[in-house]
Amino acid sequence: MDSILTAVIPVVIIGIVCAAVLVVASKLMAVKEDERFPAVRDCLPGANCGACGFAGCDGYAKALCENPDTPTNLCVPGADAVSRQLSDILGVEFADVIEKVAVVHCGGDCSRTEDKFLYEGIKSCAAAKLMYGGKGSCSYGCLALGDCANVCPQDAICIEDGVARVNAKKCIGCGLCARTCPNNLISLVADVERVVVTCSNKDKGALTRKVCSNGCIGCKKCEKVCPMGAITVKDNVAVIDYDKCTDCTDFGVCAKNCTTGCILVADLSGMHRVKE
Amino acid sequence: MTKLIIILLSAVFINNYVLSRFLGICPFLGVSKKLDSAAGMSIAVIFVMLMATAATYPIQMYLLVPNDLGYLQTIVFILVIAALVQLVEIVLKRFIPSLHKSLGVYLPLITTNCAVLGVTILNIDEGYTFVEAMVNSLGSGLGFFLAMVMFSGVRSTIEGSDIPKSFKGLPITLIAAAITSLSFLGFGGVVENLFG
Repeated sequence: MDSILTAVIPVVIIGIVCAAVLVVASKLMAVKEDERFPAVRDCLPGANCGACGFAGCDGYAKALCENPDTPTNLCVPGADAVSRQLSDILGVEFADVIEKVAVVHCGGDCSRTEDKFLYEGIKSCAAAKLMYGGKGSCSYGCLALGDCANVCPQDAICIEDGVARVNAKKCIGCGLCARTCPNNLISLVADVERVVVTCSNKDKGALTRKVCSNGCIGCKKCEKVCPMGAITVKDNVAVIDYDKCTDCTDFGVCAKNCTTGCILVADLSGMHRVKE
Repeated sequence: MTKLIIILLSAVFINNYVLSRFLGICPFLGVSKKLDSAAGMSIAVIFVMLMATAATYPIQMYLLVPNDLGYLQTIVFILVIAALVQLVEIVLKRFIPSLHKSLGVYLPLITTNCAVLGVTILNIDEGYTFVEAMVNSLGSGLGFFLAMVMFSGVRSTIEGSDIPKSFKGLPITLIAAAITSLSFLGFGGVVENLFG
């Protein structure tokens, strides 16, 4: 019996001492953490996409806790549900999130434009771009090597017929693709919009027409027919001002009148809208 | 001084904990996929090995040996090392948050790592003095670092190469680990003759 006690007692004493030290240390050294932080962090989707403009979800959660002026509607992937939870926790008014989807401003697929040479290098748009602006005859167009598709956390982008296409139903609107595309072809638009310009070629009309049958030639026809005055041709390419493109009295007239068909009526209603 | 250098070098190369003694294999296979996580883990191991030796050596010498309790060595060491790592984590979180963030998940992972326990027990078994024990721990940690960093390089090469389907994943990793540890056999006897 004695031999058991001589073994057990020292171990128990050491254990108690260790426990005491740990308890004291955790009390003394406790780091003050905003008690709302874990709750706020749990609301966020954890995609760390950076759409909110902060360094990942942790960064956004920290900013929300520390600075009451931080808007709660910055998380585009989380949409209204997250914004509602955040405003509940932080006790601020609910702010509607403008859900966004990515749109590729290039429609130059295999049937509309051609390659000017054969590219057999690294399968990356950024690398191909360095080689005479890419293999396509249009140096503004989609390079179709899938940098955007690789970076997409939702697999919402795929390369079809030599041009990147976004599946709006899968897109969470994080904007990683827009930041990756070396030709800046992708932009985020609110998922209520219904017309898009699928060309980014800034060359003069004649040059554009030579390289791609889908290209915007800057004829300004859309500018004239648009009843809201929302379309302007800037740098030889039509640009839609979505602030004005609302309640259109003659919806789709721009797409119908486009000479080359680069303005499209598209269904951009993304995942969030479909759920509602 | 020469003896310290011999201890250090033989701990790094000849008695490499991972590749010669086969201790600490779980992090060796688990965390060696990426270079930065391998390096982070190894730095945490070096840190904990030194701390653990500094804590357990006096316990052995001034508590266990005088009271004839040598047989409690393993359990007491595990207890002390576990508590120590927790304490270090709390202290780091308070005073050096950046280091705490970079060691991050690795600290609790190595609480009861066999390499750490192995170092502390072997230090006693070899009959080292306190300074020698600390040098041996440092060497063991550095050896772990060397093995992890080397092997993460090997693994990244494996990932990119064409491997028969049945060998993919863990099998080829184990084969690669075996070959890497064979290469460390070449160091046998080098250090002793370096100074003699």
